[in-house]
Amino acid sequence: MRAVRTLVASFAMVAGLSGAAIAQDKTKVGFIFVGPVGDGGWTYEHNQGRLAVEEEFGDKVETIYQESVPEGADAERAITQMALSGADLIFTTSFGYMDATVAVAEKFPDIKFEHATGYKTAPNVSVYSARFYEGRAVQGHIAGKMTKSNIIGYIASFPIPEVIRGINAAYIHAKKVNPDVQFKIIWAYTWFDPAKEADAAKALIEQGADVILQHTDSTAPQAAAQEAGNIITFGQASDMSEYAPMPRVSSIIDNWAPYYIARTKAVMDGTWESKSTWDGIGAGMVGIGEITDAVPADVKAEAEALRDSLADGSYHAFTGPLNKQDGSAWLAEGETADDGTLAGMSFYVEGIEGEIPSS
Amino acid sequence: MDLGQINPLLLLASLMVAATPILLAAIGEAVVEKSGVLNLGVEGMMITGAVVGFAIGVNTGSPAVGFVAAAAAGAALSMLFGVLVLYLMSNQVATGLGLTLFGLGLSSLIGKPYEGMKAPSMAKWDIPVLSDIPVLGPILFRHDPMVYVSLIIVAVTWYVLTRTRAGLILRGVGENHDAAHALGYKVIRVRLLAIAFGGACAGLGGAYVSLVRVPQWVEGMTAGAGWIALAIVVFASWRPWRVLLGAYLFGGITVLQLNLQAAGAAIPVEILAMSPYIVTILVLVVISLRGNHGAPGSLGRIFHATH
Repeated sequence: MRAVRTLVASFAMVAGLSGAAIAQDKTKVGFIFVGPVGDGGWTYEHNQGRLAVEEEFGDKVETIYQESVPEGADAERAITQMALSGADLIFTTSFGYMDATVAVAEKFPDIKFEHATGYKTAPNVSVYSARFYEGRAVQGHIAGKMTKSNIIGYIASFPIPEVIRGINAAYIHAKKVNPDVQFKIIWAYTWFDPAKEADAAKALIEQGADVILQHTDSTAPQAAAQEAGNIITFGQASDMSEYAPMPRVSSIIDNWAPYYIARTKAVMDGTWESKSTWDGIGAGMVGIGEITDAVPADVKAEAEALRDSLADGSYHAFTGPLNKQDGSAWLAEGETADDGTLAGMSFYVEGIEGEIPSS
Repeated sequence: MDLGQINPLLLLASLMVAATPILLAAIGEAVVEKSGVLNLGVEGMMITGAVVGFAIGVNTGSPAVGFVAAAAAGAALSMLFGVLVLYLMSNQVATGLGLTLFGLGLSSLIGKPYEGMKAPSMAKWDIPVLSDIPVLGPILFRHDPMVYVSLIIVAVTWYVLTRTRAGLILRGVGENHDAAHALGYKVIRVRLLAIAFGGACAGLGGAYVSLVRVPQWVEGMTAGAGWIALAIVVFASWRPWRVLLGAYLFGGITVLQLNLQAAGAAIPVEILAMSPYIVTILVLVVISLRGNHGAPGSLGRIFHATH
């Protein structure tokens, strides 16, 4: 099975790249996507960033991309192909490309690489990510206020720090406004599989959840929630406003365009250097989509206040006192989490049931 | 852990919904392979069926019309494959893979205007009397019509393949196309019909994902279901009822493991996540341990009438 899919991916690769013209005076920017650009979520927003780069630089830039590149061993081949095709700058836009990106970067020291959501850098590898957990805090607040069954369903993708951070941030803020709240978490082990995401949403709804949070990339859970009725959801990575005002009551929007433009510019100017970027609501990398009228006005006002305090830095989404799941102390009263701990987060906070699968 | 939160009635009902797309695609492919042709384009035909079914369903407001269109689209696409491998004698594996790539690209092209739109809702059939039977009624007799259509297709396929002359000819063509040709059977024609049937079934399966199971159009939404269907055909040793068993096992355990996770079962998530694949393979392999369950003799071989 794996072999066949790999084969398909390589055909896609050949088909995609043979059409790419070779023009050395242009800066060539490549993108490796984990899903299709039409997923309506994660990859869609990265592709919007790519289009913004084209818009900004016009004739001076050429972009290429490859969709639905599997995470894991095959990614290395896909990235290598892109490097061989003459790209000057390559964005690899999923956590699972981390090792592959670093490995390929070693072989192509003159090409700049940018890996999204990872933590391994090299002289020609930067990492960038957004503080999605700030958005999760806002979602958690709304979810905790609005749930009637006190059961919140969470469709998680893979047990990596980014996803665990999101679960924790949402839980902390839901619990803060609703002490009875309970999280039911399903690990889908996929970023993009609409049918499975829909099944997961249905399973959660059947078990009493009336709020569904998702960390997978398609709009399928939104459709499932809409069909079930009286369920609220949040857009993930993209606004997903086609499901507003119900079930989608707000969203986290990833805005990569300014970053992609700045980094492309840096390559053009020869000022590019390796760095780690981790921006949140304040810098505009994370946006909170419009909170619809399905949310009571007072809850909406609180959520917006929370958003603004996260944006101006007056409040941190992980502020003590907080304990880890096993009851051991993590953050003391008023203490905030440091980025190192957050970047490698591999534990639940106190109150969340279940175990994190080992990744 | 509180397994009492899992409602077995709802679970069994969602099992049938989750299994139907794979079942439809797999039963079609089983017939194709029985006739001696290996069509690896199932995924491409499914996704094309998904987008065409959704588009027509939205435009006409009728899911039924959408399903018919999806079957037609799947069959039409499969004819492309049929002409290439049967008349131009291209390699079946490469052509099938090509068909998948073509289908994925074509579907995202057709589907662009339909992203974010909602599917017309499909009324569930409450079969009178039967649906009122306690316990069994809600599980078995309150589904959308396509669930029953898929079961009927399996039954008819089994009957035709094993109990009729037409089925015997189809199997003969698949086992030894030279002998079948020598006996005067139209090898190409039989295979073309089988491929069309396989395409139509894959199209229906795809449309079931976009019109009922998800229900919306998202690019790439079949996400590998076609490959699962192909694997199930092999592990079910090309037998219709085992294809049904395999698809229901796979769909059932997929849904069950999600429910177990949500209920907080004390089983490692990794094991739950791999369970649909492992259990389906194990069960079908164990069933196949006895007797002769080889692939059709001419599977994947190119037929040339002058040999």
